[in-house]
Amino acid sequence: MTLPRRAHPRPLDIAHGRIDLSHGGGGRVMAQLISEMFVAALDNEPLRRGNDQAAFDVPGGRMVMTTDGYVISPLFFPGGDIGSLAVHGTINDVAMAGARPLSLSAGFILEEGFPLADLSRIVESMARASKEAGVPVVTGDTKVVEKGKGDGVFITTAGIGMVPPGVDISGDRARPGDAVLVSGTIGDHGMAVMSRREGLAFETDLVSDSAALHTLVADMVAAVPGIRTLRDPTRGGLAATLNEIAAQSGVGMALTEAAIPVSPQVRGACELLGLDPLYVANEGKLICICAPEDAGPLLDAMRSHPLGRNTALIGHCRADDHHFVQMETTMGGTRVVDWLAGEQLPRIC
Amino acid sequence: MKYIDEFRDGALAKGLARAIAAEADPARSYRLMEFCGGHTHAISRYGLEDLLPPNVRMIHGPGCPVCVLPIARIDAAIWLARQDGVTLCTYGDMMRIPASGRISLLKAKAEGCDVRMVQSTMDALALARRHPERQIVFFAIGFETTTPPTAVALKQAQAQGLGNFSVFCNHVLTPPAIAAILDSPEAGSENGVRLDGFIGPAHVSTVIGSRPYEPFADGYRKPVAIAGFEPLDVMQAILMLMRQINDGRHAVENEFIRAVTREGNAKAQALMAEVFRLRDTFEWRGLGLLPRSALAIRDAFAPWDAERRWDVPDQPVADNKACECGAILRGVKRPAECKLFGTACTPDNPMGSCMVSAEGACAAHWTYGRFRTAGKERRP
Ligand code: SF4
Repeated sequence: MTLPRRAHPRPLDIAHGRIDLSHGGGGRVMAQLISEMFVAALDNEPLRRGNDQAAFDVPGGRMVMTTDGYVISPLFFPGGDIGSLAVHGTINDVAMAGARPLSLSAGFILEEGFPLADLSRIVESMARASKEAGVPVVTGDTKVVEKGKGDGVFITTAGIGMVPPGVDISGDRARPGDAVLVSGTIGDHGMAVMSRREGLAFETDLVSDSAALHTLVADMVAAVPGIRTLRDPTRGGLAATLNEIAAQSGVGMALTEAAIPVSPQVRGACELLGLDPLYVANEGKLICICAPEDAGPLLDAMRSHPLGRNTALIGHCRADDHHFVQMETTMGGTRVVDWLAGEQLPRIC
Repeated sequence: MKYIDEFRDGALAKGLARAIAAEADPARSYRLMEFCGGHTHAISRYGLEDLLPPNVRMIHGPGCPVCVLPIARIDAAIWLARQDGVTLCTYGDMMRIPASGRISLLKAKAEGCDVRMVQSTMDALALARRHPERQIVFFAIGFETTTPPTAVALKQAQAQGLGNFSVFCNHVLTPPAIAAILDSPEAGSENGVRLDGFIGPAHVSTVIGSRPYEPFADGYRKPVAIAGFEPLDVMQAILMLMRQINDGRHAVENEFIRAVTREGNAKAQALMAEVFRLRDTFEWRGLGLLPRSALAIRDAFAPWDAERRWDVPDQPVADNKACECGAILRGVKRPAECKLFGTACTPDNPMGSCMVSAEGACAAHWTYGRFRTAGKERRP
């Protein structure tokens, strides 16, 4: 990918250009897009060497690997875009094993006609997110599909990381009696995205919570290496994630609705649309399950980190053959917190 | 949004629960129907049953617009979606209702029909403007709440001469459904749906006012309390109904005075009267054929009436025999009494309409309340 100077006599017209099929054709046009946009922004040693793979040394030990596809509409939303989201999401998936993320890859599927200016914004934002997190994007790929066969941009990222010795964090380790913590307010990302969706746009100052959580996780693992479960409640929200863990671990849960942090803006927007914040996606929050005696030290560690300031203890696990996630409502009644069936839809009644 | 938090206040709920417990006469039972699916949802979502004494029982009514539409009308919508050049627009909940042969609009879409989920009639109109080459049909459903927006869409289509837009009208009316429940033969029987009072709809009543419920209080001697959709509204309305019952009164009371007047919204009513006329009769799931219970599009708007633009099939279709939606919509059975509940029928794989909509009784019980009956379902 490093090409002799003046390989491309005319620089990429980022302001007015659009993706066409030649950007994925393997020729000079594609090489120019890669060097002037991707390598320029994401700049790091393995990427600069221009191979189809990145080679690097890793310390010995237990490694984690994850991959995730990003398809989102709209591509830009308050508090982020598909680029920053792809970096944060994959870092978070690595971090939820208690691991330290090392590097990422990124595959782009671009739709013919997509403005280069928008692509540049996305790549710049990706670069910023990766630099802030200290996790480089070391290899990548670009493909172009005909107009109508994509939705602007799809991004697939993969990530690897190293698990510190003695740490074994997994969704099947929750036990009756364990404490359930959430690292802050829920529903911010999903409602911020929804507020910009066509046909639903509403006025709000909501901002996505999209963030890389690996430094928060590092602090938590340092305080309590024996954390049982970590997971970021993305699609399907808190409800889906807790049900996944309950099923994996074979336990039930009892939550207290009043303890679950929800910002007044999210509550208001949900109320307006008849949605339940428990099912709304997050991109910068995590759920932590730990032994009851570890809850105190973890709350302290999490609340001392900027991304965990509003951490709350929202309930506990218990023995239940049905693996029900139950919740005492703000009214004092009890309900099941179920998986979502289909999609959450605004009320029509 | 401080307003909403106020209405979620758990302390207030506890106070109301105490008042309800004090009002409950242990010598009698109180069987109260919440007509509206919005109330069913609030009761389940907040676990309000836990706050009521055992002799106060809530019975779910037929006020879920998605639930009461009979299979034949969904078949007809799917038929429309299959016509050449047609794009069918609908509210999201309709997509998953199983119709004949377990086809749904969602499955029809997967087969290649152009079915779009819209949030409002305005979205459907916009689609018609953007795609002059397509026939955009709006699958209109709902009670008096969603009727005025459909009327507005029809008027706009007429004003703009939008030739490629039409409405498949399925709007229904609340008062005839309440009358049907009270007139049903089961209403008199002890095992049937003996009702001591009604919680009246929230949003519907903002449109039609409280006056249309007066015949139920005067003629049928049933207390009515109109309530908002917040959980505390429901609790307050329950208390109001119990006081009426204990006093031997039967009046229409309004808990939702912040939004509902006796006369309702005159502008919305005028708009509906201008665009729609009463159908002689209309089939409801569970309630059967009810005279003068639904709306059709007036002649002045005939060019935008999908039922006149196409020869839409109108054959009655029998419900799935094992599905108890009909009895549940009449308040005669509870969801867990259906032998398919939680086994063959879940929200992921619904057999009946009551398991689809968030306002349906089966979906509400499955989603929020099934821990109460877990292990007690009737296995087939
Ligand atoms: S559980 Fe399913 S099949 Fe049974 S009444 Fe409800 S919707 Fe119909």
